[in-house]
Formats: sequence, structure tokens, C-alpha cells
Amino acid sequence: MILEGTAREIAHAVNAREVSAVELADAMAERIAERDGAVGAYLARTSELARAQALRVDAAIRDGKTFPLAGVPLALKDNMCLEGSPTTCGSKILGNWVAPYTATAVQRLLDAGATPLGKTNLDEFAMGSSCENSALGRTRNPWDLGRVPGGSSGGSVAAVAAGEATVALGSDTGGSIREPAAFCGVVGFKPTYGRVSRYGLIAFASSLDQIGPISKTVEDAALVYDVMAGRDTMDATTAERDVEQTSLGLREDLRGVRIGIVAEFGLDKLEPAVRAVYERAYADLERLGAQLVEVSLPTADYGVATYYLVAPAECSSNLARFDGMRYGLRVERPDVVATYEATRAAGFGDEVKRRILIGTYALSSGYYDAYYVRAQKARTLIAADFAKAFASCDAIACPAAASPAFEFNAKSDPVSMYLMDYYTVPMSLAGLPSLSVPCGYVKPAGAAGPLPLGLELSTPLFAERSLLNIAHAYERATRHLEAERIPLLSSAVSA
Amino acid sequence: MASGDIDVAYVAKLARLALTPAEIERFGTQLGALLQHVDALAELPVGDVPATAQVIPQSNVARADVARPSLDREVVLGAAPRREGPYFRVPRIIGEAGEDAAPAGSVRAGEGA
Repeated sequence: MILEGTAREIAHAVNAREVSAVELADAMAERIAERDGAVGAYLARTSELARAQALRVDAAIRDGKTFPLAGVPLALKDNMCLEGSPTTCGSKILGNWVAPYTATAVQRLLDAGATPLGKTNLDEFAMGSSCENSALGRTRNPWDLGRVPGGSSGGSVAAVAAGEATVALGSDTGGSIREPAAFCGVVGFKPTYGRVSRYGLIAFASSLDQIGPISKTVEDAALVYDVMAGRDTMDATTAERDVEQTSLGLREDLRGVRIGIVAEFGLDKLEPAVRAVYERAYADLERLGAQLVEVSLPTADYGVATYYLVAPAECSSNLARFDGMRYGLRVERPDVVATYEATRAAGFGDEVKRRILIGTYALSSGYYDAYYVRAQKARTLIAADFAKAFASCDAIACPAAASPAFEFNAKSDPVSMYLMDYYTVPMSLAGLPSLSVPCGYVKPAGAAGPLPLGLELSTPLFAERSLLNIAHAYERATRHLEAERIPLLSSAVSA
Repeated sequence: MASGDIDVAYVAKLARLALTPAEIERFGTQLGALLQHVDALAELPVGDVPATAQVIPQSNVARADVARPSLDREVVLGAAPRREGPYFRVPRIIGEAGEDAAPAGSVRAGEGA
């Protein structure tokens, strides 16, 4: 059935009136009802909004219009506003808050004909790498229900992997699209900082946050990106420059492309089975005509340390707005400060509290220069290292994560969880476009089946077209996961 | 940069977070471990390096100072934990703790803490 198709195939069928957007919305809602009890990708289903939108799209198509995402079932990470639907950020502090407006990126997808099926789970306020920090529910990895989907966009990647959405939006601050996409065997793409509007994305770290697509194919990621990217008067940090359309004419080989392999990211740090997958991925790039060149990012090892000062500092400032006065939870006390303190104590989970504390500390008098300013300077050095590396290569390839998805509660020590972001935060700090594309799998003892791994590709600022081209060529030539069935879905089909 | 001793109770006060003694101890240990990790930044020669606040070349953006439609006031107030007429109702901000907030709209001058 077309429900299994890519966004491009679905939009084509709906525009050609082979299937209606309403039929698709209903079929997808039914499938979510069947499967999501096991996966837990969604926090809220927006079936009524989906149906109303699908009816509008169908009517317009009958009037001769076409849409780039006609009838495409879409899932939204629950830190993005969709007018009339609850938006929780996976937190108790937002209570039953219903968004009174729609995020620009979401609106652009609706205008392009997509159908919003629901809001997906995330680490609270997008802070985490496993989705375990959600206060509102557990999302499981569809490849192995005993493992995490990754995070923070865990619900969005699980929805796409489990066939409960065709495409999804995630947000990526330090890897929150790329790492979970790797864990769930889907494509996850973080555009250049400032390329997609953050209006209506509830802020975590404003100099790093970026919305991006999660999809089954690179071509679908390009299709969603093309619709979503560009200047927005509601977000002054969106880039002024024109958007290059990326979804048309994607090339299929890598002749003449120079791919940088980062010396400091040596594969010898990895488990042998994981290492073998990445060695083969690099060899595949070469086989497709790319020239592999060694590049150096001497400051990349400082990425995690830099990120875990800059991001919490911005978080502590952004989350000051959750004070129980104007929206969300309030724990009433006799005076206002006690009300703030009690509300925030009851409303935020441990990881959010840790980041608010570390950020407040790093910004406080006496520590500001030693921590925050030093981290901002380190950020300059990290960005400069990338600029230097890109003098000798067009893109950088490396693992998206050091391991496949891990089991629940495997990383109870916060620093060990933070180190999951080792391969993704340097690119975030430099603002680069970066994506994860499936590159194979490992079968560890005790896993329910194969566990996907992701290849992370990154290019210079605003080189989205080049990035998507390289990823598309690699994906077309390899298709590592095509022969593998997600065990959950196999049993769902046979049941 | 010195690592280790972070006065969690003081920082929590700055951050307006009520913490239990057990939380203060647990977060103290965890944040100490993170600070040890970030202390590695002291190895970087950052002396004259300019700080990066944002990564893409962009200067301030201005728009014409013209009133535009905004969110509906009823919708916004409807999301508040407490409201009174066209106002957010909040706990006492000035004056003695323990009394209820002043009636909406009234001003009690001279009651500053």
C-alpha cells in the first residue's frame, strides 16, 4: 500500500488523485492506534486537525492545485507549536497548555499539503540523548523494544521507523536529530543554523537550536527542507540569503567529491563490529568515486565540554520564563519567589534542573569569565578548525554515535550520557548542516535483531545542496537496511 | 578554572529552584563531575580569541514600527493558571509574605519590601 511509500511517492499519488489525503490520514491514524501502544512515539494524536487539513488538501486538488507534500502523514516533535493542540515539551511544567499559534516551519509544511498526525515524545525540553528524560512517557526503539530510540527527538524518529509517520520534524541542539535517527535507522537532517525559522519552537539553547526533517530517504529530507527553509520575519536569526532548492536533480555518484575523515575521530575507539561498519562506509564512499582525505579537528575533543557550558547557559536563561505566572503549572505559595521556586521544583525533571543549575553557575558572578566566556572562545576555535578542514574537503564523514541504541537505564551517570554527543556537538557549535544516514547495522548478543548505525555527513555553512547530494548518492548505492525487517513490524504484519 | 565545589544551594536560589537536601547532595556530586570534565577547556589557548555568540554572519534586523495583529487576549489569558478579568492574577510581589495578592487593578503604594 502507498502508506509504506516515501513522501515523494505519496505526494505524487495524492496530487494524481490515485488516493485521497483523507484516506491516508485515516489509514495512518488506524496504524498509529495499532502500533503505538508498543512504541510510544506519540504523546498526543491530532486526528481531527489531520482530517480537517486532509479535507482542505483534497478539495484544493479537486480544484486543480498540487502540493509538494500533498497528504503526506507528518509527526511533530512536541516542542513545536501547532495551533489548537497541546504542546508539552515532555514536561510537567507546561501543564495542559494548548498552543495558540503555529510554528513557522510547521505552517510551511501544512501549506505544502502535509497532514499532522500528532505530537511526539522527547527528552524534557529536548535535553537528553535517549528520550528517557521525558516526564510524560516512554518511547521504545522499534528495532528492539528493550532499547532507547535515542534523543532528544526520540518520538519523531521512532514514528518514522515504525511506519507511524512518513516524515517528522525534530529539533537538533547538540545532535538531537542525528543521534536518534542513527539509532532508529532513518535519515535525520539538521540544516545550517538560521536556515529554518525557530518561531514556535520552544527555546532550549537559542544559538544552537535548529528544526530539521526526519524521513525514510534523503530525497524526502530534501523535499521537506525545501518547503521549510528560508527567511521568516518572525525569527530575526533566520539567514537573509536565498535558499538553494535541494530536492531536484540529486546526483548519484561521488566523482570529484573530497570527503574528509577526521584524524581525531579515529575508529579504533569503537567496538570492532561497529568499527567494521564504518570502515565499510568509508570504503563505499571511495568506491562511489569520492576521494578520501584526512583532515584534523584538533579542538573537536573539547566539543562536549564547550557544549555543556554554552547550551546550559542559554537554557537557564530561556527557561526562566517558566515561572507559573502566565501559563502552565503553578504551585501557589504565599509570596511570588516561593511560588516560582515551588512551581519550578515540581514542574521540571532532574535533567532540566541539572542544566539550569550548571548554566546559572556558569553565568554567575565570579565564574562567568572562567566558564561561559571561555566556552564561547572555544566555540570560535572549533568553528575555525572546521573552516580550515573544509579548505581541503567538501564534506566530513564520521560516525553519528559511538554505538548502536543502548538499553534503558544504561547511562544513569549524566556525564556518560553527555558523551553520547561526542560526534554531533562540534558541528552544532559551528552551526554546520549535518545529517545522519543509515550505514549498516550490528547484531549484539542479547539484541532483538539488527541495530542500525548512522553515518554522519557534514558540510560548510549553507552547503545543504552539496550535503544532500552526497548523502543521496551514498544511500542509493548502499541501502543497507532495505533487506532487514524491524522485528516489531514483522510480527505486527504476521499477527 | 577551579573544579569541584559548586554551592548548589546558592545556585538553586539564583535559579529559583526549590531543592531538597537530598537533591542538593545528588546534584552537587553530578555537577562536580561535569565541572571536572569541562575543566579540560583550561588547556585551550583562548587568550585573544574572540567569543562566538552566534555562528552566521548576521546583524540586527529591524522592521517598521507599525502595530500588527497579535494573539487574542482571551486565548492568552485563558492559558493562565489564575486570572482576574483582563489580568494575570499573581501572588504578592511587594509587601508582607503571607497576605494574599492585592486585588487586581489596585495599587498599594509605599509597600515596597
